[in-house]
Amino acid sequence: MPRVLLIEDDAAVRDGVSLALRRRGHEVAAAASGEEGLEVLPGFRPDIVLLDLMLPGKDGFEVCRLIRAERQLPIIMLTARGDDLDVVLGLEAGADDYIVKPARGEVLEARMRAVLRRTALPADGTPAAAEPGPAPVETYGELAIDRAGLVVGKGGRDLALAPSEMKLLLFLSATPGQVFSRQQLLEHVWEHSYHGDARLVDACVMRLRTKIEDVPRSPRYVQTVRGFGYRFGPL
Amino acid sequence: MKRPGLRVPALPRLRGGNPQLLRGLRARLVVGFLVVAALSALTTALLTYQEARNAILQRSQDIAVNDLRAQVNSLAPELPVPPSQADLDSLRVQLERSGKSREWDISVHYSGARDGSAQDGDVRDSGDGGLRGDVVIPAGLKASVEKRHVPAFQRVDRSGEPWLLIGMPVRQSDGRASALTIYAQLPLSAEESNVEALVSAAQRGALPVLVLTVVLALLAARGVLRPVRGLRQAAGRIAEGKLDTRLEVKGADEIADLSRTFNDMAARLEESMAELRRLESNSRRFAADVSHELRTPLAAMTAVTDVLDEDADSLDPDTASAVRLISQETGKLARMVEDLMEVSRFDAGAAALHLDEVDVGETIRKTLQARAWQKRVTAELPADVRAGIDPRRLDVVVANLVGNALHHGGEPVRVRLHAPEPGTDRLLIEISDSGPGIDPEVLPHVFDRFYKADSARARSEGSGLGLAIALENVRLHGGSMRAANCPEGGAVFTVDLPLRHEEAGEPADDGSADPPDEAWAAGEPAADDDRGGVRSAAEETHA
Repeated sequence: MPRVLLIEDDAAVRDGVSLALRRRGHEVAAAASGEEGLEVLPGFRPDIVLLDLMLPGKDGFEVCRLIRAERQLPIIMLTARGDDLDVVLGLEAGADDYIVKPARGEVLEARMRAVLRRTALPADGTPAAAEPGPAPVETYGELAIDRAGLVVGKGGRDLALAPSEMKLLLFLSATPGQVFSRQQLLEHVWEHSYHGDARLVDACVMRLRTKIEDVPRSPRYVQTVRGFGYRFGPL
Repeated sequence: MKRPGLRVPALPRLRGGNPQLLRGLRARLVVGFLVVAALSALTTALLTYQEARNAILQRSQDIAVNDLRAQVNSLAPELPVPPSQADLDSLRVQLERSGKSREWDISVHYSGARDGSAQDGDVRDSGDGGLRGDVVIPAGLKASVEKRHVPAFQRVDRSGEPWLLIGMPVRQSDGRASALTIYAQLPLSAEESNVEALVSAAQRGALPVLVLTVVLALLAARGVLRPVRGLRQAAGRIAEGKLDTRLEVKGADEIADLSRTFNDMAARLEESMAELRRLESNSRRFAADVSHELRTPLAAMTAVTDVLDEDADSLDPDTASAVRLISQETGKLARMVEDLMEVSRFDAGAAALHLDEVDVGETIRKTLQARAWQKRVTAELPADVRAGIDPRRLDVVVANLVGNALHHGGEPVRVRLHAPEPGTDRLLIEISDSGPGIDPEVLPHVFDRFYKADSARARSEGSGLGLAIALENVRLHGGSMRAANCPEGGAVFTVDLPLRHEEAGEPADDGSADPPDEAWAAGEPAADDDRGGVRSAAEETHA
């Protein structure tokens, strides 16, 4: 069962969410502030972080950036406001998804599972273990994508991709040249059942480009098709 | 001077101004000035003319009369009594000769007995003056001269020429009246031309005066109109909402008073508007803050409702009911707060559109699927209707309308997507139910916030904000929505959306959405009263 680090300043919410998650079999560590969360992190080694954006001291964006600087574990923001700027800033800081409070236990669970699934399986949905022998590494220009090992390299160096970035890249590159709408990407990559927030896709594409493109402003690998969506290549 | 009736012009339309008013006022001022100037010039000229003419003529006739008297006095005593015609003739000739300088015609009357002369005849002779005419003596003059024996004179007009007639009774040396009367007529053309010169001088003077008057009138008009124009522009700016507009107060005349009053008014207006805005933003912020504050405890409660629901079965019945009730109402409260937040965002103009190119039919189908309504709703969703919309917001709209139809209308509920007609760029989504329809009294209010169609209605149907939020979402897309009753029964809600929203991705400010236009395809059930509903919802949200 996934280990969850919950960083939330309001005691009642912290207790409520912890209770709900423990009931579902998760191991939960709860921190009341960003600083405390960052202290707990190395020892607890969570599989996923639930991070409240409105925190005393270091706010959620800052904490998100600090975690991202060292690790690529999934981060889900808990936000009291679906306000646009909040969410966008959180996504830019490297969060993989967000949940607007109040949320039921089952919603929390479903979102966490979706984010965790992103890195557990390659894009084609078959377990990596099922493939015999070392999986071939696909190369596209300077990019080397190892689907089985979930490693993406560029020019010989491995890139540190966040879970959503990794899955997005794997999904797009599985069928180079095919255009996907943002809705389709939300459904396949984020597993939002319907009318998800397209900003998740845009923010994730932006972050991905800064990592894999030579010139993020004129992308070569993840291209925008105006009015339709995104595609990988053609190179 | 008869003033033209002052018509108070209607308040000019502020945008574009009203040159009519300016022209009118200027024209009136100029005409007024002109009339006054012309009248005074004319009066002055007339009086001057009369006085001068009288003075000139008076002087010349005095001279003429005195001359004649002197001549007669010197010649008459030598006349034998009774005189013969020859005597009279010679007297006339002598008199005429003495009047060379005057060119007068003389006639001599003798009413007494005389030798062989016609009595009382006007003597007709051809003198040597060029201005000879019949000396016709008017009766009045004749009477005063011959009956009352006083010298008299009269100015007469002969074919446009002024003539002076002088009648002079000759007295005998003892002072008694004699039968002899001398008449003289002389032209006054020289004097007349003097007077003419006066008149033409007056005329020549009048024209520059009138021109000057027009210039002065225009200047005066400008002096009045410039502040008036300033006032009009300032009023226009106030009407546009620039309440900090002030006029410059110059001098201490009525215009300055007016400007001062205007400034006072503007200041008051500004104050009260600021106050209103402050109150409004306070109440908005309050609503937003309240819903925001409610979220935290709700987040804690909502997280554990699953736990309550799971364990309720293992509790004793009373506790189980209580626990289920709490769980259920927590969910409702959470939805209500969510709706309140959404409304606050619309009110604050912070609702943003995230447009995406989607298959509209597919989006609607997903909305129905997500809420497990496929079985209860008949959907006619043509494929490949693509539009640039915000799918999340469209989902909210469709979910609200369908949920509304299922709760308050009656099944079967139908959702129909109409592909845009060729040449138009609008798509229609119709949601109709088979219920009793909407009470005509309720119809205008269906989009109002917290409007309960049936006061006895169970409170469990929702936040009372659903339709208001749906409408706001449609308007954010630049579309419109209306409610009506089908002729064959049941209510029908129609959403009209543009395929492309001009302000793509821009957070819509509160004034950007077009007012609902009534460009509906023919054959639609008419629902004029729906506009009231649309408008009231719009008014609520417009600052």
